[in-house]
This record gives sequence, structure tokens and C-alpha cells, in this order.
Amino acid sequence: MSSTTAVEKPQAKAKKANRRRTFSKRDRFTLGVFIGVPTFLHVALVWFPAVATIYLSFTYWTGIHIGDIQWAGLANYENIFFNTPIFWDALRVNVIWLVWFGAIATPLGILLAYQIDREIRGSKFYQAAYYLPVVLSLAVIGIIWNFLLRPDGFVNGVLGLEISEAVSFFGDDRYNIWVILTMASWRHIGYIMLLYLAGLKAVDATLREAASIDGATEWQTFRKVVFPAMAPVNIIVIVITIIESLRAFDMIYIIYGSSGGLPILGVLVFQNIAGEGASMKGAAYAVILFLLSIVPIITYLRQQFKEDMK
Amino acid sequence: MSVNEVNVNKEDLRLKRHKDAQKVKDRIITIFIGVFAIAWLFPIAWTFYSSLRPYKEIRAGGVLSFPKELNLDNYVNAISRMELPTYFTNTVLITLPAVFLILLLGSLMAFVVTRYSFKANVALLLLFTAGNLLPPQLVFIPVFKMYLAIGDAVGDRRFLYDSPLGVILIHVAFQMGFATFVLSSYMKTIPKEISESALVDGASVFTHYFRVMLPLLRPPLASLGVLMTTWIYNDFFWALVLMSTDSKRPITSALGRLQGEFVTDYNLLAAGAMIAAIPTLVVFFVLRKQFVSGLTLGATKG
Repeated sequence: MSSTTAVEKPQAKAKKANRRRTFSKRDRFTLGVFIGVPTFLHVALVWFPAVATIYLSFTYWTGIHIGDIQWAGLANYENIFFNTPIFWDALRVNVIWLVWFGAIATPLGILLAYQIDREIRGSKFYQAAYYLPVVLSLAVIGIIWNFLLRPDGFVNGVLGLEISEAVSFFGDDRYNIWVILTMASWRHIGYIMLLYLAGLKAVDATLREAASIDGATEWQTFRKVVFPAMAPVNIIVIVITIIESLRAFDMIYIIYGSSGGLPILGVLVFQNIAGEGASMKGAAYAVILFLLSIVPIITYLRQQFKEDMK
Repeated sequence: MSVNEVNVNKEDLRLKRHKDAQKVKDRIITIFIGVFAIAWLFPIAWTFYSSLRPYKEIRAGGVLSFPKELNLDNYVNAISRMELPTYFTNTVLITLPAVFLILLLGSLMAFVVTRYSFKANVALLLLFTAGNLLPPQLVFIPVFKMYLAIGDAVGDRRFLYDSPLGVILIHVAFQMGFATFVLSSYMKTIPKEISESALVDGASVFTHYFRVMLPLLRPPLASLGVLMTTWIYNDFFWALVLMSTDSKRPITSALGRLQGEFVTDYNLLAAGAMIAAIPTLVVFFVLRKQFVSGLTLGATKG
């Protein structure tokens, strides 16, 4: 953290010790409040409940009296894995989601950022157009797209279909997942573009010019020069892609309600944890969701805390 | 003509051809990006256009019929029939205190871990950053039970559950992690000497934070403030699960119910959705710089 050289170190140490000794009573109190209030709130409402949920996922509990909690071992998980076929359906949808985001949406966002960064004509306008969906809530996005795709919406109108023979884009299993992925990508692509664009601004423009003068094609320049220079941003983009794919919930909920026309993990968890009669199967679902996102979380933390860990 | 000169000419020619090819490619790419950009805006433009037309016109002539009437009737109706002012008030009551507390507590935390050398600093920072990344679903059941239990203890079941206070606290607890992380990486770039001279002058910790550091934090606080406002404004999950009375919900969560209720007048719903999007559109048009820098402050540090 500090850039003190070996020579300065003893001095710095003395300073530190000195500083610690000179904390007045009042300062100690202030520091205690400064750290204590945020830490208490964070631990009480995030870490304690997280640990409690992990514990509860191994129990039976109706959720009323603490004394009623009974150890269940792996029963909730066995129930999910072996007796709940919809879990596997949902997992399948999340995996498709992840593959789509990873193979199509995220690369498109990166491609857009790369092209827009070259300051082609009108790049300001393009950037704004792609960025607009990023500020909208998923609830509003759900309504906007429903507008295009409902039986008497724009798309069916263009296809010339009456309401009676209209394509049910959200109801028909042949279309619904792809329609949902298109909607999700509409926002995700802009998000990735923004992040990548900010990263590209930090990459030395002369690197690109040099590569171009040496006769490298655009693709070669990107792959060999820009992409490696963007390593930190790449990791963040990958982490965001995975986390967003796993947690998708809002948009599905706004379109289908809690009944869930398209099974997806986020909605399954919601169905099992919301309301008074929450079963601990819901806790097990939440833990599964957490375990699936633990690799990207750790990757992200390692990336961000690289220097501090040394 | 020497062999060398021929080579040079060839090289020139190759470069020129390369450049021309690039120009053509650039033009094609620009057209593609332009077409895509317009397609990108289309869903919003269409919703806006529809919100200006009465639904009965569409029932009669189809979606593509030529508009006979374009007016703001749907907006006027949406505001009164959907009780939008109530929902907006709820949103403000949750968002403003939550953002204020996130910035205050996050900056206090970041201040202590970057400006004073305690052994637990990195661990604390790690705890906060990691906590922010946990899925909300993982903490929901115990938070819900705790809210009810605390409510019973203070004699008002709806003290935290089904109350703005409960939603505010959970937002603060979660997003403080992000704020702490972003602000601490910003504070690391502020020279230590500034703090040292304050200490030499005998400033208390309190003065050191409020008089010396806080003024320097204005740019990241502005960015974070805009980003957090957008996030909390757009939050759907917490207000949905921690509130049971619909009239207390903020606008974003209320949209779900409105969608079911006004399914018979879709253009009215379009107007409602456009109104609900206004604050975020303000962020888009006016505060873009802050929003983007808030987003990227956290992402592209490293």
C-alpha cells in the first residue's frame, strides 16, 4: 500500500506507533463509531443471515419458533436433486442463459466498445443508444418488450397475424427462452460496452497505431495487443456475465409472475422463500445459487485484492 | 532501378492497399453499428409512440394503423388511476435516506481502513466487498425472520417488515460494501501527506474526516450517489419480498401489479412505464458522466 523504501521504514514505523499512542479518548470513540456502525449493520444484515441460511438449509423448520428447528441432514438437497425435476429444467435454462451471454452478448458488447472507441463518425450517438437500456429497470424493460411481443403487439402486427392466430412469444416453449435472452441481451450488451469502453480509454492509443502501421489487421491488433492489455477488465466482464446469468430474476418475474412460465433458478428460490410459510427447501435453493456463483466471486476478489494480499 | 527501390515501392503499395481496405471496412462497420443503434432505440420509441395513442384505436385498426389522435391523455390517466404520485413518494422515502446512509457509512469505513493502519483493515475491506457480492436470496429468510422478531420486540410488527425502514436498512447493508470498496480505492490515490499534515496540526479524527477528507471525496461521492440512486430506484426484489402492503411499495415494484391490473388498457400501461422511467432517463441525459464513472470506478481499478 505505502511506497516507503527500506530506508524510510523505521521512521514510518515510529510515526505509526506515535500516531497510535496519541489517539485521545475522544478519537478512539470516534474511530469506534466510524468502524462499528457500518460493520455492525453489514454483519447483522448480510453475513449473519447468509451463514444462518446455510445452516437452515440442513434443517426442517416451519419458520415460526426457533425451538422447532430440526436437523434434516441433506434431506432438502436430496429432495431438490432427486424429486424436483423443475430444478433441472431451471438449471438448464440458466446454463443456456450463461452460454448465450458468454458466447454472444458479451462478445458483441466488447466488439461494439472496440469499434466505437475508434471514434467512427457518430460514435457519441451510438454509444448513447446502446447505453440507454442500461439505466432502465428490468421491470420497465419487461413492459417495453411485452409491448412489442404481445398478441396484439408490434411484431405480430408486422407478421400480419390476427390475435386469434398470433404467435405467443412468451407462452410458447419454442420461442420464450430466446425472446427472454434477446431482452436480457438488449441491456447486457450496453452494460458490457460501457465497462469495456472505459477500459479501452486507459489503453495507450499509440499501441494500436503502432500495430496498424506494422500492417497488423484489426483482428490481430485486437487479439494480440488490446485484449491482453485489458486483462483486469476482461476478468470483471467475465465475472459480471456469470453472476448476471445466474441471478436473472426481475425480468422473468415481471413477465410471468411468481408462477413462472419459464423455470429459472432465481424464480425457484423466490417461490420457495417468499411469504410466511417459507420452507427450508428455499434455503437449500439459495445455497445452491450461492455455490454456483462462488467461483466468479472469488475470482473477482482475487483480482481486486491482488496488491493488498502481498 | 535498384532492387531496394522496388521493395520500397512494393511496401508503399501494400500499405496503401491496406489503408484502402481498412477504409471500406470502416464504412461497413459504421453502417452496421448505426443500423443496430436504431434497432436498439426502437423498443423504447415504439412504447413512447404507443403511449400517445388511445388503446381503442389499436383495438379498432391494429397496431400499425395510422394514428388519428396523438395526445397525453394516457399520461394524465396513468398518473391518477395508477396512483403514481403515491408510489413515487414511496420511492423517494426509500431511495434518498438509503443513498445518504450508503455514502456516509461507506465513506467512514473507507476512510478508516485507508487512513489509519490497523491490522484488520484488509480483512474488513474484504468482508465488505465480498458481502456485496452475495446473492440477495441467500440472506432473505433470516432477515425476514429477524425483522418480524425485532418488530414483535418493539411492539410494532411492521416496524421493519413492510416498512420503508426495513428496505432502507437492507439496501444500506448490501450496497455499503460496494461504496466502501470504490471509495477506498479512490482514497488510496489521495496523497498521505494531506492526512499527515492534518495530524501534525493536531486535528481530531472527526475533523480529519469531515474537514479534510470529505471535501476531497466530492467527485467519487457524486458518481456513487448517481449510481446508487439508479440501482435502488430500479430494485425490484427487496421491496417485493420485504413489503406486503402494495400502497407502501416503490414505483418499480408496484409496476408488476399495475401490469396485471391494467392489462386491458395497454397504452395506459405504456404511459405508466414511461413515467416510471423518467428519473432514470434524467440520469441518462443529464448525469451520464457520473453514472458511467460510478460504474467503472468499481470495475476498472486494478
